[in-house]
Amino acid sequence: MIELEGLTKRYGAKTAVDHLSFQVRPGVITGFLGPNGAGKSTTMRMMLDLDNPTSGTVRIDGKHYRELQEPLKYIGALLDAKAMNGGRSAYNNLLCLAQSNRIPERRVSEVLDLVGLTPVARKKSKGFSLGMGQRLGIASALLGDPEILMFDEPVNGLDPEGIHWIRNLMKALAAEGRTIFVSSHLMSEMALTADHLIVIGQGKLLADTTMADFIQENSRSYVRLRSPQQERLRDLLHAHGFIAVEAGNGTIEVDGATTEKLGELAAENGLVLHELSSQRASLEEAFMQMTASAVEYHAHGTDVHGGAPAPGPQWGTTSQGA
Amino acid sequence: MTAPAQHHAPAPHSYVSPIPVRRANLGDALASEWTKIRSVRSTLWTLGVMVLLMVVIGLGVAAIAANAGEQGMGDESALGFGFFGMLPASICVITLGVLTIASEFGTGMIRTTLTACPSRARVLTAKAIVFFVLVFTVTTVVAALVGAVQVALVEAADTPTTGEWLRATVGAGAYLAMLGLLSLALGTLIRHSAGAITVMIGLLLLPLVAALFMFSEALKSVQEALFTYAIPSQMISLYAAQPPFGDDGPSGWEPLLIMTGVAGVALAGAFALLNNRDV
Repeated sequence: MIELEGLTKRYGAKTAVDHLSFQVRPGVITGFLGPNGAGKSTTMRMMLDLDNPTSGTVRIDGKHYRELQEPLKYIGALLDAKAMNGGRSAYNNLLCLAQSNRIPERRVSEVLDLVGLTPVARKKSKGFSLGMGQRLGIASALLGDPEILMFDEPVNGLDPEGIHWIRNLMKALAAEGRTIFVSSHLMSEMALTADHLIVIGQGKLLADTTMADFIQENSRSYVRLRSPQQERLRDLLHAHGFIAVEAGNGTIEVDGATTEKLGELAAENGLVLHELSSQRASLEEAFMQMTASAVEYHAHGTDVHGGAPAPGPQWGTTSQGA
Repeated sequence: MTAPAQHHAPAPHSYVSPIPVRRANLGDALASEWTKIRSVRSTLWTLGVMVLLMVVIGLGVAAIAANAGEQGMGDESALGFGFFGMLPASICVITLGVLTIASEFGTGMIRTTLTACPSRARVLTAKAIVFFVLVFTVTTVVAALVGAVQVALVEAADTPTTGEWLRATVGAGAYLAMLGLLSLALGTLIRHSAGAITVMIGLLLLPLVAALFMFSEALKSVQEALFTYAIPSQMISLYAAQPPFGDDGPSGWEPLLIMTGVAGVALAGAFALLNNRDV
């Protein structure tokens, strides 16, 4: 169990993390979601006592991180896959970590085997591909066989096979009763892996909810209708108290109705339907709407709120022409 | 790909690892730092070049002196020729000292290190001990071997006393290792390899070079202080019967005490900053 209480980090006038309080519960995968620059990595660094909070506390099973004697046995973290010395072999990079926590040396070979890096164990880690580096980082997190695991953007830059592997690994680890805390800026990724969801934007907590509740609340479902007799269909819907909205291309969208009900209604009145389908707004859209006001770097000329195709972020140019 | 499936079957509410928890202490941190220092190329390169410089320059200078058939070197022993190898060797030690910690900042390894061992005091102490023992051992052994050959080669020089032998071997080794610890502390403060190495080389050489050109009478006292306390002058004092500049300068074992003090203060500062700064 990780508990954050009023965690705040300021860099000068800029507040990166703003009074963040939440708990990471054992036995489930908790997704930590937020747009780029929302303060996810800063929060994770403070959880590991790498950065000092301006105020607030983080407790791991009731203790401060610095009070943990052999932290790798409680908590394993993948912060940055490149946080290793590239001139050292994968084996030695892991060995020095194991030794500092008095973890038996055989465990190094075990975790290398677990992540599939045994064939390159003696190779210098600077020659590793992004995926191999990520696997080495995960091996270091698993070294102490910890109860809590933290992964910062573990699927970033991985190929589909690697993404699939990490998803399954996290699920298997959670099934063993471990606490998994994983950050991402992709809602779709979280929807596939996380049980619980914590959303932040500009360092503030926006949501702390179960994945199921989030989906329930945020995915608007509606029925889409298309008919050659559109005028009559609209009048009919209005007459029955439905709010029909024209959505272009000759389609009508109706909130709060089932396809069965609308289909029967059309049939009773002898209307021809070319389309009758149930639609769900994507979670990605829900996430973007939630964080829209809190996005750090807006791209120009694109309506983020409308769920337009993901805009390319333009760093450091927020003031220009905005 | 391999799936993590080797653990107990029914999922307990909270995971308990089969790996026994054993208290880790400074000894474990030392083992970790030893693995780190022995598993990177830069250690082999810097120490290899250092040994080469000490041997080639130390023996070369002694051979020239022996061939010239010089008569009488005052009361100096042939061990003094060791200084000429020690000066360039110190640049290697500075580099290794800085890299021992600054490379961790450069690669981001420091975050992994401090996540594994959150006690900054333990990490810094372990690094300092491993580095000191390694450099002290290598330099002392090489200085002793080179010294023995020098004494055998240059017959004109005085036979060194036990005190001179000790200072030219253990003293020189400890002095270089302390200079390396100062570099390690500076590497912790600056967190940038190239920057810290540049500052240390400046500290090593600039005072003496600057003092050479202080002709102004007003700067006389500054010039004297620089000559007396410049690191090369201190190294000469370790070997020589007399301090090189002025009789009231540090002599005998005093340069080592001064360097130990400076390195100690720098390490304390490095710890204070490492302990409070974001990584």
